[in-house]
Amino acid sequence: MLHIPLLRRGEPYKSLDVVRVAHHRTREPFVEISQANAGLIRRDLASQEKSRAALAAFPVAELIEMSVRASEIFAHDELPVGDEGQTPEQYVEQVSATTGLPFVLARRNMEKIHGALSQMESVLRGLTRNLDFSILDRGHGEIEGQVMSFFPRAQSLGVVLPSNSPGVHSLWIPAVALKIPLVLKPGGAEPWTPYRIVQAFMKAGVPREAFGYYPTGHGGASEIIRHTGRGIVFGDVASVSQWQEDGRVEIHGPGYSKVVIGDDLVDEWEDYLDVIAASILDNGGRSCVNASGVWVTRHADEIAEALAARFAEILPRAADDETAQLAPFADARVAARISQMIDQGLQEAGARDVTAERRVASGAEASGERLREWESCAYLLPTVVRCESASHALANREFLFPYASVVEVGQDELPGVLGASLVVTAITRDERLIAKLLASPHVDRLNIGAIPTNRIGWDQPHEGNLFEHLYARRAFQRASAAGAT
Amino acid sequence: MLEVETNKLDTPELKQAREALDAHVREIVEWHFNPETGCPFWLDYASRLDWEPRREIKTYADLARFGFFQDEHLRGGPVRRWVPRAYSDRPVYVFETGGSTGVPKSRINVEDFRLDYEAFSHTLPDEAFPRGADWLAVGPSGPRRLRLAVEHLAQYRGGICFMVDLDPRWVIKLLKSGQAKQAEAYKQHVVEQALTLLRAHEIRCLFTTPKLLEAICEKVSLKKLGITGVFCGGTEMTPQFHRFAVEELLDGIHFAPTYGNTLMGLAVGKPRLAEDNYAIIYYPPAPRAMLEVVDPADPDRIVGYGETGRVRLTTLTREFFMPRFLERDQAEREPPYLPYAWDGVRNVRPFAKLETNVVEGVY
Repeated sequence: MLHIPLLRRGEPYKSLDVVRVAHHRTREPFVEISQANAGLIRRDLASQEKSRAALAAFPVAELIEMSVRASEIFAHDELPVGDEGQTPEQYVEQVSATTGLPFVLARRNMEKIHGALSQMESVLRGLTRNLDFSILDRGHGEIEGQVMSFFPRAQSLGVVLPSNSPGVHSLWIPAVALKIPLVLKPGGAEPWTPYRIVQAFMKAGVPREAFGYYPTGHGGASEIIRHTGRGIVFGDVASVSQWQEDGRVEIHGPGYSKVVIGDDLVDEWEDYLDVIAASILDNGGRSCVNASGVWVTRHADEIAEALAARFAEILPRAADDETAQLAPFADARVAARISQMIDQGLQEAGARDVTAERRVASGAEASGERLREWESCAYLLPTVVRCESASHALANREFLFPYASVVEVGQDELPGVLGASLVVTAITRDERLIAKLLASPHVDRLNIGAIPTNRIGWDQPHEGNLFEHLYARRAFQRASAAGAT
Repeated sequence: MLEVETNKLDTPELKQAREALDAHVREIVEWHFNPETGCPFWLDYASRLDWEPRREIKTYADLARFGFFQDEHLRGGPVRRWVPRAYSDRPVYVFETGGSTGVPKSRINVEDFRLDYEAFSHTLPDEAFPRGADWLAVGPSGPRRLRLAVEHLAQYRGGICFMVDLDPRWVIKLLKSGQAKQAEAYKQHVVEQALTLLRAHEIRCLFTTPKLLEAICEKVSLKKLGITGVFCGGTEMTPQFHRFAVEELLDGIHFAPTYGNTLMGLAVGKPRLAEDNYAIIYYPPAPRAMLEVVDPADPDRIVGYGETGRVRLTTLTREFFMPRFLERDQAEREPPYLPYAWDGVRNVRPFAKLETNVVEGVY
């Protein structure tokens, strides 16, 4: 069986403790993943400064070039996965095997990662606001007569990764060009992408010592975050709560992203249906930047019905079908539990699963059931729930499939009623509403106009600015060579 | 699955061991169910049976007539009901197991722990655990058997034992309430005390738990401090930890992994062989205790060699009789390995959790 080892300062290490992950369809073991014990992780992290020194020896400009080379290698080369080779197409198939993601979506995510690597210079320019990168090499410099000095806040960046979608890996990639070594804990079902990215970086010339790759349990993940100077943790509310108060750690929890239509444009809602549907559906609804709510001042019933009519046509398809839009659940019990959670929410008065009625009406399937078994896999069909009130239990929820509530609220309630939202696409020209959104501390990414919530500009910060997470500016003065007193 | 040549299991040693076990069962049942020597619990139990254990239990297999021992019997008092009448005038210890929530299981002891650790002492190599050398025990003491057992081991080998205590129930409480930093600080408090003693005295032998061993080795080289043997146990140990300790933590210091618990006594680890690939293989101290690996769905059935199942423990000493207790552990069944002419267990670990957690949201 294919085996994925740990990478200890870039060197493969086969652990005696392994976890087998099954193929989502056959349920047969597909890959064996070495697991790191917590003591081993701590032992390796005791020498972080050596990894940092190896990486910091390269100028940022050179690391950017290596990132660009890595983008091509990642997208096109055969790279090692354990003792075997992995072509790009095999990578796509392997991601699909353990996560259920259809090939077409895995490929799209692959392109996203290729983009983040190949555009590393503009990504860094965006994150650093056009800093002269040589300032990071020297530690200090001057911009337009102003002295600047930055220091790294950490010897390495620890990242606890999710399994939901490979695209999220684009977020930590710039750390390499910023000279900060990586200590990665991959998601249990998606070990492939971080491993392949690391292999691409190493082949492109980045020193091996800059990479730690430690599949591990909860305890091991905590050790990574505790012992690296800066961390990023992806996870649900419960699993990230222990880091909530820790300023060294950036938390990427559920996004609760939303499309909002202002009172000024809501009568033209049909013009924006494509943008709304794409925000909910793209990438199988598996990203934190997918919309999980549509909040409007009027026409909520019509919008919910129109979305439901579209979504009722979307059915499970084979993994290699280029038109596939849905990902099955690797664990059927998880799909069943999510569906039950929604049904429980529907017990509370004031909410209706609009898609359930449409699924029956469309005649595409005999049943209106949300949970669908197809070719021995469990799928959750896209679901639109019309909520009469913003306080309904289903109004502000997020699940690992295309799910959205449609909620009618007063214009005056916006944006306070939205709660914390990773992305808000606000379809409005109302400058007062725009100003309120701009001033809101609860909106992380803001799109004004008909931009899908999942269209990401990589030069923009995402849940915090990675450069500011990894570097701090210090006051700096230096006496002239002649000697000042 | 492990391949075992069945003819290797049909040897005079195994036959002899089986006969000795059957004879021992008769002796122990006679002891515990005899009103002159037995304990109130089993005498009361027998009074409610429609059969007579002393007459009808002839072999180890006959113990099936008792069904499965329930751990509830050991939770709560009166603890005196477990003291055999023959020992009523002897000093009695009580040791506890578990106890992070609710009432812990307790087992009385008179000298079982000494007998277990003396037998174990004979399996330790003198060059790694020199006679007369002093010891340090860093780990759970308090209500646990370890508090006296490791000290007795050191004394039995002619040494003196220094002690540093760790309260695992407090650690569990801290972790459950999300106070990981406090738990870490407590661990460091324990480690600092250990390092102070190691630096101040000529200690050669160390007992500690896997996690504390890691924490100590992150601070110092035990080899440089003069340690020659490490006896490690008290909590679950994985093959990966075993390998990590040998390859990376101990610089060639002898490593003796052990598995013991309050209800069984102390098992002996099989010597490390390359073909076992750091598997942790233990043999119970038969005939005083037996470990078997059974089908979780049908715990009367012992699984095949190499197969995984639930651990079933039977303890057979004059101080404590506990037939067929289903542990909350799983393991693989291991064939006999002389001089241990009875089954062993491989890679004991907590029962695999079957429930799934549903995570809400995507991130």
